[in-house]
Amino acid sequence: MKKTLASLTLVGLLAACASTTPAPVENKAPDATPTPSTNNSNTSTQPVQPSQGSKLDPLNDPASMLSKRGVYFDYDKYDVRADQQALVEAHGRYLAANPGRSVRVEGNADERGSREYNLALGQKRAEAVRKALSVVGAKDGQIEATSNGEEKPRATDKDEASYAENRRADMVYNGE
Amino acid sequence: MTCANPLRYLATLLLACCALSSRADITIDVTGTGTRQFPVAIGTLSGEAVLKEPLTAIIRADLAGSGRFKLVETGTTPPVESPVAAELADWKARGADALSSGTVQLAADGSAVIRLRLHDTVTQKPIAGFEVRARASELRGVAHQLADQIYEALTGERGVFATRIAYVLKQGKRYSLQVADADGHNTQTVMASNEPIMSPVWSMDGSKLAYVSFERKKAIVFVQDLLSGARRPVAAFKGSNSAPAFSPDGGTLAVTLTIDGISQIYLVDASGSGSPRRLTRSSAIDTEPTFSPDGRTIAFTSDRGGSPQIYTVPVGGGEPQRLTFDSSYNVSPAFSPDGKSLTYIRRDEGRFVVASMDLASRQSLTLSQGSYDESPSFAPNGKLILYASETGNRGTLGTVSSDGQTRQRLSANGDAREPAWGPYIGQIAVTRLSSNP
Repeated sequence: MKKTLASLTLVGLLAACASTTPAPVENKAPDATPTPSTNNSNTSTQPVQPSQGSKLDPLNDPASMLSKRGVYFDYDKYDVRADQQALVEAHGRYLAANPGRSVRVEGNADERGSREYNLALGQKRAEAVRKALSVVGAKDGQIEATSNGEEKPRATDKDEASYAENRRADMVYNGE
Repeated sequence: MTCANPLRYLATLLLACCALSSRADITIDVTGTGTRQFPVAIGTLSGEAVLKEPLTAIIRADLAGSGRFKLVETGTTPPVESPVAAELADWKARGADALSSGTVQLAADGSAVIRLRLHDTVTQKPIAGFEVRARASELRGVAHQLADQIYEALTGERGVFATRIAYVLKQGKRYSLQVADADGHNTQTVMASNEPIMSPVWSMDGSKLAYVSFERKKAIVFVQDLLSGARRPVAAFKGSNSAPAFSPDGGTLAVTLTIDGISQIYLVDASGSGSPRRLTRSSAIDTEPTFSPDGRTIAFTSDRGGSPQIYTVPVGGGEPQRLTFDSSYNVSPAFSPDGKSLTYIRRDEGRFVVASMDLASRQSLTLSQGSYDESPSFAPNGKLILYASETGNRGTLGTVSSDGQTRQRLSANGDAREPAWGPYIGQIAVTRLSSNP
């Protein structure tokens, strides 16, 4: 069972690399239901054989920090927290080293208050991440800061844990 | 302006849509009523059984739903069109201070000629009389117009039953932009998408909606013509494009753009041509612009002072003035049609409620009682405010009278949000009848 799960996950990851549809589970807009990697309808219809010895894209390598895409923020705040700096810098360096890649930074906000104000709040978070990516060498043309506001909540409960999960900016790479 | 023709087209369009989905998507509950309800008997219109729309039932539902009237039981037998004094005295004895009566006659071309008279049962004198000719597709609209006439004759205020609302409906993972009559019937899907839709607003002539769609994976402002369905992106710049508001003449949109980094307010041509002109210059969030009815001022939300508050700025540019000081969170401004007051959302001890402010005195009033109320907009008569609320984790729409006395809840089939009350649009001509039939 363990082995099956592992290989399914691998197939899923490779399929995500091969497909131009927005596939990686971590960045998928979480609608009502979370999508576990073993139950991904995108991958099941598009099986890809894992080839021996192929190098995993660090963006999708669970062992790499780059596989993490969410940058978290405090309530009503839009500066990149100290504990989030290392992650943002890793992505900035990756972009600097891979000029062919580009990223859309999607800011999010918790659901309390005006939808438009929350869209602007998410934008400000995305903009903070954009600037932090630039500082370590990513080019302006590689980054677009956008916002989902409160429209695409990953967590839907009305509690502090959910609100905190949704105060986040995600880095979505081109092709994802 | 005269818009009889557009309404006819619109009625036809709505009817075509109704044939596809005839269910009522919204049901209305009156959840609070004014201090005094006017007792009125709305007699069944004689001869209406041949019509495919129950005119009297529509009129009664409109008046009852407003919370301003108490409907006196009439039975199904139509009262005579011109009752004599003794009959009016009898209606008075049954509790009605006014009685409506009338007739429906089919004309040779298939249209219906509807005559309605309103009588004062206390003075036993006629109050008003109306005659209107309508085709089958126009019957619902005409019933709303007659309800508006009764409402105005008895309250002195113009009615809004014949107006329309727009809102966003979320059903499962599907989003749609809906337009409905003010009573929630005649729903029409304007646009549908698997990505979020936000912030619909009407043009002042009621012919267009502007809204934000995420269909291209980020917020873009579209303008859509309601008659043709044709639409185009009018703000699709780098970053986010949102918070559209039409100028009163319809030529300009105020929008929030992020082309210079942070969310700021810009003016763009409503046709989508030309380049955006930046209106606000702050290092903070400026968003949710809305035009004053005279087109000279824009109110907006900004956190330049450290918390989100409402400011005004001349459309030609200038130094913004802060308007709200009554809470640490005041957002989502909308002007009343006479430009004398503003409705907005205020955070009050952790609850988000609808408030209004008299712009001359700067006095504000709390109007709603929800926890998560959002997106207030005035009805075109300035007497009601439509807003989004939340009941049991589901989005509902509500209205509240501008004095806070009367509330209604409109429950949709799904998660309803982002409502916007449309303007008066052209209506079928109603002839006023002389007092003596």
